[in-house]
Amino acid sequence: MIAAAHRTHRGYAAFVIHRLSGVGLAAFLPLHFLALGTALNGEAALDDFLRWTAHPLLKAAETALVVLLTAHLTGGLRLLALELLGWRDWQKTAVAMSGGVSLAAGLMFLLNLGVP
Amino acid sequence: MPDGRTLEVKVWRGRESGRFQAFTVPRRASQTVLDVVSWIQRHLDTTLSYRFACRVGMCGSCAMTVNGKPRWTCRTHVDKVAEGDTLTVAPLANLPVVKDLATDMAPFFDKWAKAQGRFVPEDDRPREFHIVPPETSERRAVDAGIECIGCGVCYAACDIVRWNRDYLGPAALNRAWTLVNDVRDAGNPTRLAAVAGDAGCHACHSQENCREHCPKQINATASIAGLKRAAAIAALKGQL
Repeated sequence: MIAAAHRTHRGYAAFVIHRLSGVGLAAFLPLHFLALGTALNGEAALDDFLRWTAHPLLKAAETALVVLLTAHLTGGLRLLALELLGWRDWQKTAVAMSGGVSLAAGLMFLLNLGVP
Repeated sequence: MPDGRTLEVKVWRGRESGRFQAFTVPRRASQTVLDVVSWIQRHLDTTLSYRFACRVGMCGSCAMTVNGKPRWTCRTHVDKVAEGDTLTVAPLANLPVVKDLATDMAPFFDKWAKAQGRFVPEDDRPREFHIVPPETSERRAVDAGIECIGCGVCYAACDIVRWNRDYLGPAALNRAWTLVNDVRDAGNPTRLAAVAGDAGCHACHSQENCREHCPKQINATASIAGLKRAAAIAALKGQL
């Protein structure tokens, strides 16, 4: 009966990004530990795995992961500031800054891929 | 005066379950959504139920969902919200529907009571009047939230209410915050305990739907954040 038109504003977008990035990171964490766990089988096993991660598709996924991580970090800092330091009238700017920093981090990661 | 154009209006009919009924209404200059609903009720279907009183944005009784957003219909011009020549009008979300566009506001105001949203006088009446200088931070916090007229727009816009029916909601918590900052009030220990529960201020995700939709531009998100800080400080002091 009720449409979702009440959600079309920047504060809600920040909430959705924070929630989805958190779920994404939580889903990734077991894979991260699994990768680290390959070292238990010796140095060669971990190196084999790391060579496999050099695939361009995995590098693209890794870049997305960096963006997710930064988005969750900056979004979380924004929320902490809002709730602990009191309201500031530039909340929409803070949301934009969070998004900008996240994308910049992803871009820096991508640019850094070419550096030996 | 009618300008020859018409408006296609879909109006919710029924209770929790029901359907949208389509009406064609003449467009007029400076027409409000409440004008449209009233025109339908007076000229097309006298059984249409809705609520209004002051028509000038003072009473807060005419709030409805207009094209998916909760609004005061008396202060919403059709020209500002019509999508082309169509309009969809539904009752406020998150509240039981009495009939058609009229909702039962009882759960909304019950939560004001649960949030201890009433002034508690001190046991010993002071010999002189309290002096509350306007420049103090407490007075400014009260000023920021005190103009709420209880229309329920923020409550209908709140997704936390939608997901947790026990959540006290932005308006009740905003009221509690104004009382927390009222230096004359003596009810804060029980009030903070009332608003710090699972369905209280800490359930808020700071989505800002309430701030975004409040017709009085009251920032309930900021009020709730204030309650979170006050409750945390009280907990650290062992008062909760």
